[in-house]
Amino acid sequence: MIQENLVINYQRKPLPEKLFKLGLLLLVVGFVGVVLAYITNSARASFNLLVVFTWIASIGVGSMFFIGIEYLTGAVWSVPFRRVAEITASFVLVLPILAIPILSSIHSLYHWSHTEAVQVDQILKNKSAYLNQTFFIVRLFITLLLWFLFYYLFTSISRKQDKSFDQSLTKKNTIVSAVFMPVFAVTLTFFAIDWLMSLEPHWYSTIFGVYYFAGSFLAALGVFTFVSISLNENGFLVDGLGSEHYYSMGALIFAFTNFWAYIAFSQFMLIWYANLPEETFWFINRGVGSWLYFSIGIIFVKFIVPYILLLPQPAKMDPLRLKIAALWVLFAHYYDLFWVVMPTYSKGGVPFGWMELVFPVFTVGLLIVLFYIFAKNVNLVPIGDPKLKRGLEFHL
Amino acid sequence: MDNQMNTSENLYGVGALFKDPNKIVKVVEKLVELGYKHWDVHSSYPLHGIPKRMRLKWSPLGYVALILGLTGTLTGLFLTWWTMSVDYPLTIGGKPWFSFPAFVPVLFELTVLLASVGTAIVMLFIIFKFPNNQHPLHDTEYINKVSVDHFGVFIEAKDELFELEKVKSLFNDFGADEIIEIAYDRNEVTFKPKVFDVKFISFLVVIAIITSSVAYLFNNKILYLPPFDFMLKQFRLGPQESSTFFADGFGMRKPPAGTVARNQEFYPFKNKPDEAGMKLVNPLLATQENLELGRNKFNTFCSPCHGWRGEGDSRLNGQFPNPPSLHSEKVRNWTDGRIYHVIMEGQNVMPSYASQLTEKERWAVILYIRSLQRALNAKQEDIQ
Repeated sequence: MIQENLVINYQRKPLPEKLFKLGLLLLVVGFVGVVLAYITNSARASFNLLVVFTWIASIGVGSMFFIGIEYLTGAVWSVPFRRVAEITASFVLVLPILAIPILSSIHSLYHWSHTEAVQVDQILKNKSAYLNQTFFIVRLFITLLLWFLFYYLFTSISRKQDKSFDQSLTKKNTIVSAVFMPVFAVTLTFFAIDWLMSLEPHWYSTIFGVYYFAGSFLAALGVFTFVSISLNENGFLVDGLGSEHYYSMGALIFAFTNFWAYIAFSQFMLIWYANLPEETFWFINRGVGSWLYFSIGIIFVKFIVPYILLLPQPAKMDPLRLKIAALWVLFAHYYDLFWVVMPTYSKGGVPFGWMELVFPVFTVGLLIVLFYIFAKNVNLVPIGDPKLKRGLEFHL
Repeated sequence: MDNQMNTSENLYGVGALFKDPNKIVKVVEKLVELGYKHWDVHSSYPLHGIPKRMRLKWSPLGYVALILGLTGTLTGLFLTWWTMSVDYPLTIGGKPWFSFPAFVPVLFELTVLLASVGTAIVMLFIIFKFPNNQHPLHDTEYINKVSVDHFGVFIEAKDELFELEKVKSLFNDFGADEIIEIAYDRNEVTFKPKVFDVKFISFLVVIAIITSSVAYLFNNKILYLPPFDFMLKQFRLGPQESSTFFADGFGMRKPPAGTVARNQEFYPFKNKPDEAGMKLVNPLLATQENLELGRNKFNTFCSPCHGWRGEGDSRLNGQFPNPPSLHSEKVRNWTDGRIYHVIMEGQNVMPSYASQLTEKERWAVILYIRSLQRALNAKQEDIQ
């Protein structure tokens, strides 16, 4: 079965122990901070945990979307890096653990979870067939189950190929991807509506699912780009990967930066133009006090800065500039989610203190540790993929 | 080639044809190594990786696109700002005149339009020298084969390192399937830009005339002809049209009884001329400015019937009954408020002038009538 001309020279190199130690340190320090945060102000801590939860979900499920489009479009340039996306997709596995503390403090997060408040509110009463605790948890359960299923299918089929070199497995994963796409679209939309939009249960925006998707894929691309370049620079991948592969990553981030801006502006402009009180209050809440500067900041943080960083052609080929842009995009998505979530907790001013700092530390530590654990026993390059050789020879 | 000139004198360059793209890669590497400058590779589809091996510089067209795009953004900003907030400000949805979010789509579209169309035009006219369309390689066997199933490398004779025999043997060493010498055409030697040709300019003019007349006909004539005029036929009433919906047949409705529309004044002395005469007082002083306004309005609206000096000498040549003089004892003894009532309500055949004159203008007209009365019936002390 093995075709000689497809075999490439790859030696598995274990990730440095230092990385794991760094991750563990951040995780422990962050975890202590998180526990302290829950003790001092559990409501504020829950809102922060919600930002973290949706941020990690973005990266995990966005990476699965990346794997899906690679199979469906038959892309070759990304094949040498696909294992990176497969490992970062494993971040979805941690979601149920993070969901438990959020669900236990559901009453301080979601106004619609108070049955006595719903009884006196006609709008919430009408929505209560959808927005109630039982159905909310059922939806979460189904969503996570589907994500785990596709994560398992993608990674197990791909890993099997490392040993068998069986070309038909690529075909199998292509079919899985085709099924995954509509499932992804529906589950991610419900996820965005449930966890983010329902923070303001009176508000609705029909584009909100796409808004979350645009940011999610951007965040997944940020992680993918940063990790891929770092691994390649330190020789964990195979020889022959370089600026032309980097260029494709940079172009994707650039494209989705524009896509996010387009979607975000579409959402804003329609609400601004129609000027209906039941829609505008969401933006008005984000224009009160220091939130106004935070809201103006999002235009720069999430659109103008990455746009200028990635506009010149050499910037998309230079690994250092690309890594900076990738980390920036990742930070920008956190900023974006913070902007979506936190005004519900604190109307009138941006809450910023030690609490808002320990949660990112905790999350970064968690993701490093997860990456180390899931990367430990696999090849970092899908050596059995029939498109790998073409991916190595990729030229613009 | 009818007009091809003597090959040895007007050699443009030498091209080599290969069937195997891998050979091209080796030739390219060799030519870079030897330091040739004026040469090119031809293929009917993109050969990935060749531009990098050729050490091609990045095209400056990107900067052209950037500058044109920014020009588009600024043009859009100027257009929206000038039209919407300076030249013809319209209040839309209660938004400020300079509503930036509403202008963003315009800026975006103009940026894309200018960047894309402008870049294409720069490429066509400046880089490809359109409408000149001759190139020495045009219509040669070399380019025919290259655009079907061969890959070609071409070295121009103007290159410093160019020597005919050396280049040919170089190509042969790399296993060229065919080597072709190409000479200039006669009209290529006598190159003249055709952009300012009378023929080309008149071609542009004809195109402009055709497009603008089509646009004119479409927007001003065709859209008003059936069946394209469906937009004009809508289920609504225009001004003065009759209606089958209302019992009285009028399309235009009167306001409900007892209501006053916004920005409309309320006149409490309807059908009460004496009360109006007693209670209304002229709020204006007889200043130069007010009298000028009164004369202007009197001459425009009153003088056609009442005459320039209010003597009842109309300029209507008997088509309309002449009004009585404004200098009679009766009118002179009327209060300002009584005259105001006549302007508001009309009298005999005179209609109401309430809609033609604003409140201030009515009082100004009365001031002017007073000054006319004074002028024609001056008292002794006026002379002194």
